[in-house]
Amino acid sequence: MATEVGLGHYLVVSAILLVLAIFGIFLNRKNVIIILMSIELMLLAVNLNLVAFSAALGDLVGQVFAMFVLTVAAAEAAIGLAIVVIYFRNRGSIQVEDVNLMKG
Amino acid sequence: MNWVLALPEIVLSLVAMVILIFGVLRQDDSFFLSSMFALGGFLLAALLVLTTGSGIGYHGQFVADAFSSLVKILILAGAGLSLILSLDYNRHNHIARFEFPVLMLLSVTGMMVMASASNLMTLYLGLELQSLGLYVLAAFARDDLRSSEAGLKYFVLSALASGLLLYGVSLVYGFSGTMDFAALARTLTIPQSASPGLIVGIVFVLVGLAFKISAVPFHMWTPDVYEGAPTPVTAFFSTAPKVAAFALLLRTMATPFGHQLIAWQTLIIIVSVASMILGALAAIGQSNIKRLMAYSSIGHMGYALIGLAVGTPEGVRGVLIYLIVYVFMSAGTFACIIAMQRRGRPLELITDLNGLSATDPALALAMAIFMFSMAGVPPLAGFFGKLYVFLAAVQGGLWTLAVIGVLTSVVGSYYYLRIVKLMYFDAPEEPFDPRPTALSFVAGATGLFTAFFFVFPAPFVGAAQAAAKVLFG
Repeated sequence: MATEVGLGHYLVVSAILLVLAIFGIFLNRKNVIIILMSIELMLLAVNLNLVAFSAALGDLVGQVFAMFVLTVAAAEAAIGLAIVVIYFRNRGSIQVEDVNLMKG
Repeated sequence: MNWVLALPEIVLSLVAMVILIFGVLRQDDSFFLSSMFALGGFLLAALLVLTTGSGIGYHGQFVADAFSSLVKILILAGAGLSLILSLDYNRHNHIARFEFPVLMLLSVTGMMVMASASNLMTLYLGLELQSLGLYVLAAFARDDLRSSEAGLKYFVLSALASGLLLYGVSLVYGFSGTMDFAALARTLTIPQSASPGLIVGIVFVLVGLAFKISAVPFHMWTPDVYEGAPTPVTAFFSTAPKVAAFALLLRTMATPFGHQLIAWQTLIIIVSVASMILGALAAIGQSNIKRLMAYSSIGHMGYALIGLAVGTPEGVRGVLIYLIVYVFMSAGTFACIIAMQRRGRPLELITDLNGLSATDPALALAMAIFMFSMAGVPPLAGFFGKLYVFLAAVQGGLWTLAVIGVLTSVVGSYYYLRIVKLMYFDAPEEPFDPRPTALSFVAGATGLFTAFFFVFPAPFVGAAQAAAKVLFG
């Protein structure tokens, strides 16, 4: 017997994606690229949330905002990759454990 | 007319684009000219902020009022002072590229949008425009490993904070049905009406903004970014973005979520106490002056948060006065730090200041004024910042906060006074390189402001009062 997919299901998926993204940033000890992917995942989780709410509320603002978030995500990915490139040039590595010149 | 309200922002972004074209077309060195254009842009924007009236534009997404004007002037002042500080430093350290003022202009545009945000969408877009510029500025010395590491760390943690804030925004939107601040305030008039989802959303927004003002426990990035970034960028980080993020925090907490005070007050109190204590204790062991300034700024944000925790117009007035004082004090301190150079090499150790009063009495005097002011010694400006915040806390019944604030500033004065002791009572070392005029100008102007604030506090207190009144409608 198939259950109806409602707002709650979308919110749960989005919350799971958000938690995965946060764990990806904090527990990942390998590669900075994975952190960039986690940041993108986090923004996508929010987009899912926004679109689900927008549909449930019958209000378009959420979908408009989702478009803006996509744009920001693209800009952020571009800048993030650029910073990773200059870091690699100077350090010769993008291992997370090597990002330790200044302690803190 | 919508666009008239946003004229300062429009002018700044146009100036940024013009400099971009100018810098690309001109093959030779164009850093100085671009910086001058940018400074002109800041001045013009400040004039426009003062002359354009108040009102709400773009279907309630953008608001210009006494609060946004005060904050914008403060942001422009902080950015302008940091840009002046960068003129000679960038040339000596081979980072004199025309992109520097462009990035600064664009992130200042973002900050001004933040100050004027009256919708969750404007809030997020302004915040991101600011952050995108700041990521690049932190990593601006691209051949320097420390600067690129600072950029990387700032990018990762700041993007995480933006993501959390955005998640909070989506929850607030979903559980209230609107993104508009005024509509949110109307929906949330009764404290009991807030659903748990909405409260979670508010907490997420708060966490995101607490990160941007580097309040404990979201401060991890601050010392590293302050130490690694080029010093003028650090000066910029410690002035304009702090003001913008704090203004955003004030407006968001006071206007749409003002009636939910019970939901977020405890959180702000905890963050404030933690910031004050960490700022006072962690700075003691530092040997690098930029790291010390990072912990000092964490502490200062803790004091300012007291005013927000009170949640009254007096509290917000206290915060605004604190921010006015802090911007000038901080810009002046960084002018002194940038002046620490021997044979063209920038110095960062506190012990490099040994015996400065013998080799450069003027610089030592300016630094001493800023250190005394940061410690909160009357009659310097820093004392008044703390006074108004503590006053609001006592009036609002938050005695514990005021007492903890006084105690931590006593502890904090140890490391400020230690710098004064090193400068005045230790054996002098080799003198610093001659100071560029721009540095002397910034240190002198902000030093005079800090020293003589007590003569003319009325206009600043009045402006802060008017701005605070707007938030509580």
